[in-house]
Amino acid sequence: MSGKNSFDKEAGGLIRHDHHKDGIDRRGFLKCMAWAGTGAVCVVSGGVLKSYALGSQGGAIAHKAGGLTFAQISDSHMGFNKPANPDVVGTLKAAVDKINALPHQPEFILHTGDISHLSNPEEFDTVDQILKATNKEVFFVPGEHDVLNDDGKMFRERYARHSQGQGWYSFDKNGVHFIGLINVMNLKAGGLGTLGNEQLEWLEDDVKHLKSSTPIVVFAHIPLWTIYPQWGWGTEDSAQALSYLRRFGSVTVLNGHIHQTMQKVEGNITFHTAYSTAFVQPAPGKADSPGPMKVPADQLRSLLGITDVNYVRGKLALAVVDSTLA
Amino acid sequence: MKNKILLAGLTLALSLSVAALFLFEPTRVKAEAASGTEVRVDNFTFAPDTLTVPVNSTVTWVNKDDIPHVIASNDGVFKSKALDTDQKYSYTFTKAGSYAYYCSIHPKMVGKIVVQ
Repeated sequence: MSGKNSFDKEAGGLIRHDHHKDGIDRRGFLKCMAWAGTGAVCVVSGGVLKSYALGSQGGAIAHKAGGLTFAQISDSHMGFNKPANPDVVGTLKAAVDKINALPHQPEFILHTGDISHLSNPEEFDTVDQILKATNKEVFFVPGEHDVLNDDGKMFRERYARHSQGQGWYSFDKNGVHFIGLINVMNLKAGGLGTLGNEQLEWLEDDVKHLKSSTPIVVFAHIPLWTIYPQWGWGTEDSAQALSYLRRFGSVTVLNGHIHQTMQKVEGNITFHTAYSTAFVQPAPGKADSPGPMKVPADQLRSLLGITDVNYVRGKLALAVVDSTLA
Repeated sequence: MKNKILLAGLTLALSLSVAALFLFEPTRVKAEAASGTEVRVDNFTFAPDTLTVPVNSTVTWVNKDDIPHVIASNDGVFKSKALDTDQKYSYTFTKAGSYAYYCSIHPKMVGKIVVQ
């Protein structure tokens, strides 16, 4: 059944139209995104987009300025074995190699969910083993594939022992406040991802005492902005969550789920979705369904990847950099 | 006269074939009903999206996608485990009514079983 979604060269995951009427120079954005695959930094500051060739510049600046560099990986789908990628072990190992080869090493890693394909303990074990090779702490939030048959009990026992409610938590690193949210549980028929009232109340309380100058990074599996509701690519009550964050000067929202990179800027909030390390999904509406897309074997690794993020103290926006596994 | 006989013969033949149609019709309907208790889960949709069955029918969902799905009734009457590719889930409906259901991990996928 795989390969139902035929390969579309246009489906590399770039935003090609200004659907959001957000005034961002879309041509500049495209140019920046085109760089991303070969390692460029995209910085959006005060709504103005700047791109520059990366090398190790982003990490170097962050490093010198006493900032912070961390990496994001997503959607490893361990256990998936269909033609869209029969070797998800190999591609996750390639992602680890990519992280280990970054000239300025990230301090830790965020995994934005769909760690496993079927919530099996062996799948989680395999991912844990592979990620050990990074020698870094990894912070996880679950995707819907990680909470399939037990309402997330196994996920919490493994990855979120000290979390609140269904597994949400926050922590601080180098003056940046990180918030891991869960929007893949208690989903309602016909709806999108859901945070729920209990989590929203916790979030409001969690950020209440922070100074507005504190940089905020929110990470969750399903995008917290509406990308394509027909495929469930959005979160019902994300507007409520974002209302608690609008007073902050810098908010970066990192998501996975859609297996392609996209970015949007809304005031001080930058939204970004990451590559998968496992398989490709079609661009919104470009196929009958969002199912796994078989691409020519020699192109797969150019459509999978990792993200690293640099925070430079004193600068508002964090630099979000995507690199493919190719 | 010859023509009349021919006409009578034709009429008889036609009546017989019409009768045959009626005779065989119930068999065909029965065959359809037997396979009409299956819902295919394919391309992130339920086919058919509304299925009508008699009381005490066992409905079977079969997942033809590369992605797992979970069959869950909106009001908690039934819920499957995650169905991987080609896995099936069956539920027997013993009471008449309309049962709305969805995929609990892809909630945009919705369907209905009408039990009469």
